[in-house]
Amino acid sequence: MSANPTPNPAQSRSSATQKPRSLFSADHRTIGRQYLLLALVAVAVGTVLSLLMRLHLTWPDRVLPFHGPILPEDYLALVTFHGTLMVFFVLTTAPQNGFGNLILPSQIGARGMAFPRLNCASFWLTTLSMMVLLSATFAPGGGPISGWTAYPPLSAVASAGPGQGMGMDLWLASLTLFSLATTMASVNTLTTVVRMRCDGMTWNRLPLTVWGWFTAALLSLLAFSVLLAALVLLFCDRHAGTSFFVPMGDVVNGVLQDAKHGSGNGSPLLWLHLFWFFGHPEVYIAILPGMGLTSMVLANFARRRIFNYNLMIATTLLIGFLGILVWGHHMFVAGLNPFAGTAFSISTMAIAIPSSAKVLSWLATIWRSRPEYRTAMLFALGFVSLFVTGGLTGPILAQPILDQYLHNTFFVVAHFHLIMAMAGAFGLFSATYYWFPQITATAARPGRLMSEGLGRVHFWGTILGAYATFLPMHITGLEGEPRHYAQLTGIPGQAGHLMAKPMLMQTHITYGAIFLVLAQIPFLVNLVWSFRNGRLAGENPWAATTMEWKPGLFLADLADETSPEETISVYRGPCDYRDGNNPATFHPQWVSESVAE
Amino acid sequence: MPGILTPTETERRPERRPQRRTDDPDHGDHGNGRRPPTDKRTGGGGDGDNWNDRPQGSRGPREKLKRYRLGVFFALAGDLMFFVAIVSAFFVSQASGRFDAYNNYINPWLPTAIPPVLWLNTAVLIISSVTAEIARRKMFHQFDVMEEWFGLGKPTSRRAMPWLAATAFLGLVFLAGQWLAWQQLNVQGVFMRSNVSSHFFFLITGVHGIHLVLGVGALVGALLSLRYSQQVENRQIIVDCSVWYWHSMGVFWIFLFALLAFFQ
Repeated sequence: MSANPTPNPAQSRSSATQKPRSLFSADHRTIGRQYLLLALVAVAVGTVLSLLMRLHLTWPDRVLPFHGPILPEDYLALVTFHGTLMVFFVLTTAPQNGFGNLILPSQIGARGMAFPRLNCASFWLTTLSMMVLLSATFAPGGGPISGWTAYPPLSAVASAGPGQGMGMDLWLASLTLFSLATTMASVNTLTTVVRMRCDGMTWNRLPLTVWGWFTAALLSLLAFSVLLAALVLLFCDRHAGTSFFVPMGDVVNGVLQDAKHGSGNGSPLLWLHLFWFFGHPEVYIAILPGMGLTSMVLANFARRRIFNYNLMIATTLLIGFLGILVWGHHMFVAGLNPFAGTAFSISTMAIAIPSSAKVLSWLATIWRSRPEYRTAMLFALGFVSLFVTGGLTGPILAQPILDQYLHNTFFVVAHFHLIMAMAGAFGLFSATYYWFPQITATAARPGRLMSEGLGRVHFWGTILGAYATFLPMHITGLEGEPRHYAQLTGIPGQAGHLMAKPMLMQTHITYGAIFLVLAQIPFLVNLVWSFRNGRLAGENPWAATTMEWKPGLFLADLADETSPEETISVYRGPCDYRDGNNPATFHPQWVSESVAE
Repeated sequence: MPGILTPTETERRPERRPQRRTDDPDHGDHGNGRRPPTDKRTGGGGDGDNWNDRPQGSRGPREKLKRYRLGVFFALAGDLMFFVAIVSAFFVSQASGRFDAYNNYINPWLPTAIPPVLWLNTAVLIISSVTAEIARRKMFHQFDVMEEWFGLGKPTSRRAMPWLAATAFLGLVFLAGQWLAWQQLNVQGVFMRSNVSSHFFFLITGVHGIHLVLGVGALVGALLSLRYSQQVENRQIIVDCSVWYWHSMGVFWIFLFALLAFFQ
């Protein structure tokens, strides 16, 4: 039942040969896949680094093969690379640019992104940025050691430690390139959503995934520009003798910095303001596409309309808006004015309102619906679970007085790993299982599904591993285990006595982390196996309503743009499942009448 | 494809998508109301070459122009945030001091006296915006566009080119003037590292200068396209987008100049 006649295969093959598959292709699907591949490399490297950190925390005396013992500066370099790779090259790149490029144009009924060549340029700029970042490993002194937040004055002074010279410069260069690439990509996304929607695709008929990408693109446009400004200021402090962030009388490694940084009056707090003005929206850039996807996947497998669709659009925008007003909650102990702390505390707790509205809508959507528990659905449910678990510690950390104690402990590590890293990863997993036919389909070969059996093993392993790793961190954090310390065992005196208790749990957390990493093996096997041998997806395997599953759309968008072809139209909002009279039918966005499942 | 629209097809269309404004070719561009005659391809409504038969986003020159223009505006919104961040850092640094060993509050901010040549530069930049706008309007002059459409040469390019070249030249004069201002400060012994306010003076003029270098690059690209590009739509787009970028840099500069001149 399609509005389109299916083009014959011979015709489609000939149209495919007109577009050579090159590395520098401007085709949005190719670029989306390239982004996903880049993110896969980044997440693999980042995961290995986190495992090394865990192993070092638990068994600090072990010697790494081909490297030797992990020195404190090595540990801090691991922290920096892990954070930078995961935050920028996985959680920003994969949901927003990877799946965004792959799916967004089809979901709004467009043939492609608004600026295909700009899109290609932003991908290769991102790749270059990652190569520059990884090259910092080989810089004299090793990689930068100031973490992904790069707080000055230590990040502004080359003599602050090994890796703070050339390594830090490469880090700055990498992030500068990344900011430019992301700004370009978000300009592209925004213009595509505003100008390229097909006939009938009104704003409140846009799928929530598109709303997620749109809001995240708005945020990254605003946030990454500010990061770029902060990076320029830091660069000037390092190389132009300015003192934006270096205070007067600052002594680093026994050397007074005044002569090098003019007659400065710099303030590290200024960096914190600029950085977190970027850094907090960054969290929502990573999670908003996942939220949108969760809504759509839950509705799809529960065969339900999304509970209060318009409110979900509003909460997406509201989370985005409030997300740029809360940056100060990262700075409660940094010497912020206490009144400002209160204001930021209130705005932070206000974010709990739209977030809770989202959780309630997710639960109401699936309530007593007897959903079909496919792997994509399981990961979407896992997203909800992790979002709630990680979110509940948010209002606790939003209290300035509680944060005095909890700041820089593993409690914070547990909080953001559950809500940002794990929930973000579950969103990505759900997207991978759900959209695997879209990832694998080309004009020459049909789309395939991932194996459900391996998927289940992957899901249960991952959710158990995630909780086993990150839940105990709340406890060690409450007991006082600090972040960013290379070694907490074998400390003499009172400090060692204080650390003895949280150290008991280290082995357990490390085994949890190893289990979590091993649980990803079924996923990798599944990816490789299903790519060649997965079950053929056919048209619309999930009986979904959104436009990316419209039969023939994919072939239409390979066809020459100027050739006369069928127009694409949308007749209704998404998630119009289950006709009142006949529960076996549903209404895809692209047809005017209902379709049997 | 049939050369003319057969009656059956005409009747089928409204039935397929009832009550859509876009079915009416006259309402194809729901834009600002001024639809240039070049919006519709020749070949007249039956070859499958009509507005409605082409995908959204590539139907007519006006639609493509608006897409590119919107892209430039989004990019400029990001750029505005870049300058907003720097200007907020300016005010924060200006207002913050410290306590010395004797508990005296010290604010080491010494205002940087701006070289008078900046006034001249500002005037040059404003004039360049005027010439840029004239060039932009020449690209959309209806009679010229129609002449081009009938294949009677490239009158839009011929008329816009001197104004655009003048804009690029004035842009270079502005940049030279900024360089002169830096030299004058250096002669007075004021360098980027001298004082917090001079950090900001050189930083702000510097990053704005980089933006203008990119702008001159865009204008040169537009000039080249005026010379070499055959399609009037493409020339309109590149001139329009470069000029909007140029105007924005002018407006940014007026605010930044006011900041440096009056708010130190």
